Amino acid sequence: MPLLELRGVAARYGALEALRGIDLSVDEGEIVAVLGANGAGKTTMLRAISATVKTSGELVFAGERLPRRPEAVARAGIAHVPEGRGTFAQLSVDENLRLGAHVRRDRPGVKADYDRMLQRFPILADRRGQAAGTLSGGEQQQLALARALMQRPRLLLLDEPSLGLAPRVVSEFFAVVGELNEREGLSVLVVEQNASIALASSARAYVLEVGRVAVAGTSAELQRHESVRRSYLGY
Amino acid sequence: MPVAIDWAGVAQQVVSGLSSGGIYAMLAVALVLIYRATGVVNFAQGELAMFSTFVAWTLTQHGFGYWTAFVVTVLASFAAGIALERTVIRPVERSPVLTTAIVTIGLFFIVNGAAFWIWSPEVKSMPNAFSTRPIRIAGVAFSISDLGIIGVSLLAVLLLWLFFRFTKLGLAMRAAALNPDSSRLTGIRVSWTIALGWGLATALGAVAGLLAAPPLGSFDQNFMQPILLYAFAGAVLGGIDSALGAVIGSLALGVFLNLLGTYVSWVGTDLRQAAALAVILVVLLVRPAGLLGTAVVRRV
Repeated sequence: MPLLELRGVAARYGALEALRGIDLSVDEGEIVAVLGANGAGKTTMLRAISATVKTSGELVFAGERLPRRPEAVARAGIAHVPEGRGTFAQLSVDENLRLGAHVRRDRPGVKADYDRMLQRFPILADRRGQAAGTLSGGEQQQLALARALMQRPRLLLLDEPSLGLAPRVVSEFFAVVGELNEREGLSVLVVEQNASIALASSARAYVLEVGRVAVAGTSAELQRHESVRRSYLGY
Repeated sequence: MPVAIDWAGVAQQVVSGLSSGGIYAMLAVALVLIYRATGVVNFAQGELAMFSTFVAWTLTQHGFGYWTAFVVTVLASFAAGIALERTVIRPVERSPVLTTAIVTIGLFFIVNGAAFWIWSPEVKSMPNAFSTRPIRIAGVAFSISDLGIIGVSLLAVLLLWLFFRFTKLGLAMRAAALNPDSSRLTGIRVSWTIALGWGLATALGAVAGLLAAPPLGSFDQNFMQPILLYAFAGAVLGGIDSALGAVIGSLALGVFLNLLGTYVSWVGTDLRQAAALAVILVVLLVRPAGLLGTAVVRRV
């Protein structure tokens, strides 16, 4: 049974239909990538899962219907790192991390995770008291990831983590995500424009075109797929 | 001919100004709280404080002491503020700011009218919160009441600051005010943090009204209106989105207005409100962000 399953999910902004009949699943411990051009509906799909847009269709998470309020989705065990990272620029790194654990009640566990985050991301330890807005793009992306992990999610949603980052920083970021997936079995659904790194880091992938799933398969298959290669990998 | 300055008199007027300023500060912080959470100035803030004060007055008429009535009323005001947000503000939560502002103006008239309807229009008087005797410090006589009001208002503001700075809920409320969308994604129930903000603001307003009433001698249903104006001026002076700014601005305004009224004979007490409006006008013209507020730059 998949951890997350979308069946016939549609979403609209007013009269504009942004997603149509999406079928998609993420298994426990799997990294799944969603590719597509600008405006294909990638971000909307994550928003549909987090209920920040109105949806129709079936969304099932861990065997239960996914609630349709963003705060309830977070409480159900899904952490969403949105476009623009969603960190609180005016709050300190420390406060951002503590906010990540807002839904948790296990104080000792939160404390332990907090220390682990500072170990895993030493730059955040150095900048603990600094306002998040003063961090560099790469540092902010680390903070966004660390904050999401503080939630101890069963599923992590990442919206274009590579956006605005130097290539080296991007590969470092995906390396950390891969490591979390391997070591801790973290399930990830990542939306990316950068198809080559997304396919290299995921087990399966979907390609969205104008609000529909155009192609789906294992990432290895998609890397060899004729039109995917031409449209998204550029060779 | 050298002018002899009566320093003892100046010290007394400064303390008395700080005491008024402390009351403005609490109401100003209440305004800032709601402004930051919803982007709206709550025009009914003063009337809610007036209503709380009348409830406390009723309690004192039924044998409760001042401080018992104080505690009961502040707690009840907290609950009433939450209830009010759930019933009146919640339906317009996602409406444009102007809609919500008009709702709070409506609330102003409803609360004022209700208070006239429930309590007769005759003036009331509130038992004293503090001893009316003076206390001599370094040879200068100060009013114990003034010092008490300064103490209680600073304590109230300090407690609020500790709550926001050091508790998990306080942090969540700040986050929700800064970025509601991201807050929802981290599981914060933003709608409830707004209600809680209304509860805290209404409770703080109640403290302001309850401290302001006794020194007036007599008060009626309109007694908080000038105080709301001063609080608004204090908040604008400090920066409408900064609680610390609102406190500093209000204290400074209290002292300024008191010295102006005492030493500039033609201002007296009649032009105090006009002076407060002048402060608002000058601040908005010269430094719209106030002392500690954040400037909003709009590119057109």
